[in-house]
Amino acid sequence: MKTEWTRSDGVLKIKLYGDMDEYTAPAVRAECDRLIDRNQGVRKVIINLAEVAFMDSTGIGFLIGRYKRAQRCGMQLMVERPNFAADKVLSVSGIYSLIPRV
Amino acid sequence: MTNNYLKLQFYSLPQNQAFARDAVAAFCVDLNPSLAVLSDIKTAVSEAVTNCTVHAYRGNLGMITVECEIEDKSLHIKVSDTGRGIDDIEKAVRPFFTTLPGDERSGMGFTIMQTFMDEFKVNSIKGEGTVVYMTKQLDPEVVENV
Repeated sequence: MKTEWTRSDGVLKIKLYGDMDEYTAPAVRAECDRLIDRNQGVRKVIINLAEVAFMDSTGIGFLIGRYKRAQRCGMQLMVERPNFAADKVLSVSGIYSLIPRV
Repeated sequence: MTNNYLKLQFYSLPQNQAFARDAVAAFCVDLNPSLAVLSDIKTAVSEAVTNCTVHAYRGNLGMITVECEIEDKSLHIKVSDTGRGIDDIEKAVRPFFTTLPGDERSGMGFTIMQTFMDEFKVNSIKGEGTVVYMTKQLDPEVVENV
């Protein structure tokens, strides 16, 4: 997966590109953790899923892991623009009650 | 309607997950399923194959077999491994249950297979392996009319 990020007004936005599964998750997990650690002081981290073409339950574990890391750093984690399929996976898990959708 | 059959066998390498779900989707695309149905199938196959890699073989190399059969407008999928097997199926299919909590596993794999497919069954023998059976109606109208 490819990632792009921006930081503005206390918000770190991380945009993900590609498929999220068991094979691709370790690299994107490490990259997001690196970005969270390097951007201490932001209030919010928003994971943009608009360009995630496929996501299975690996994505749920990925988001919960980043949620815990962001919490430890005093940041709120949110997601935005999941496609229909990713939204279905996230909805089934009930994750939006923990990680709101923008 | 001509019935059709596909059998895939591949090593339990994580990079084969995309191949497996895309191959199954390509196999049934001839019947013009909706994008939502195709997406459900891909997600369920990915979950089943991931379970083989992560749980059945625990990162060791093993063989995964995916068989698909189209019967009228139904797609039957069978995903099997010869790995360690499941200790307690009833517990394993519960939402959020995972035997690997430290690995950022959501424990939602079986729940997603059950939710996204029309029929779901899992058989497992400890030390011999696991077989997951799933069925999806390829005509969304059939599902709505049931």
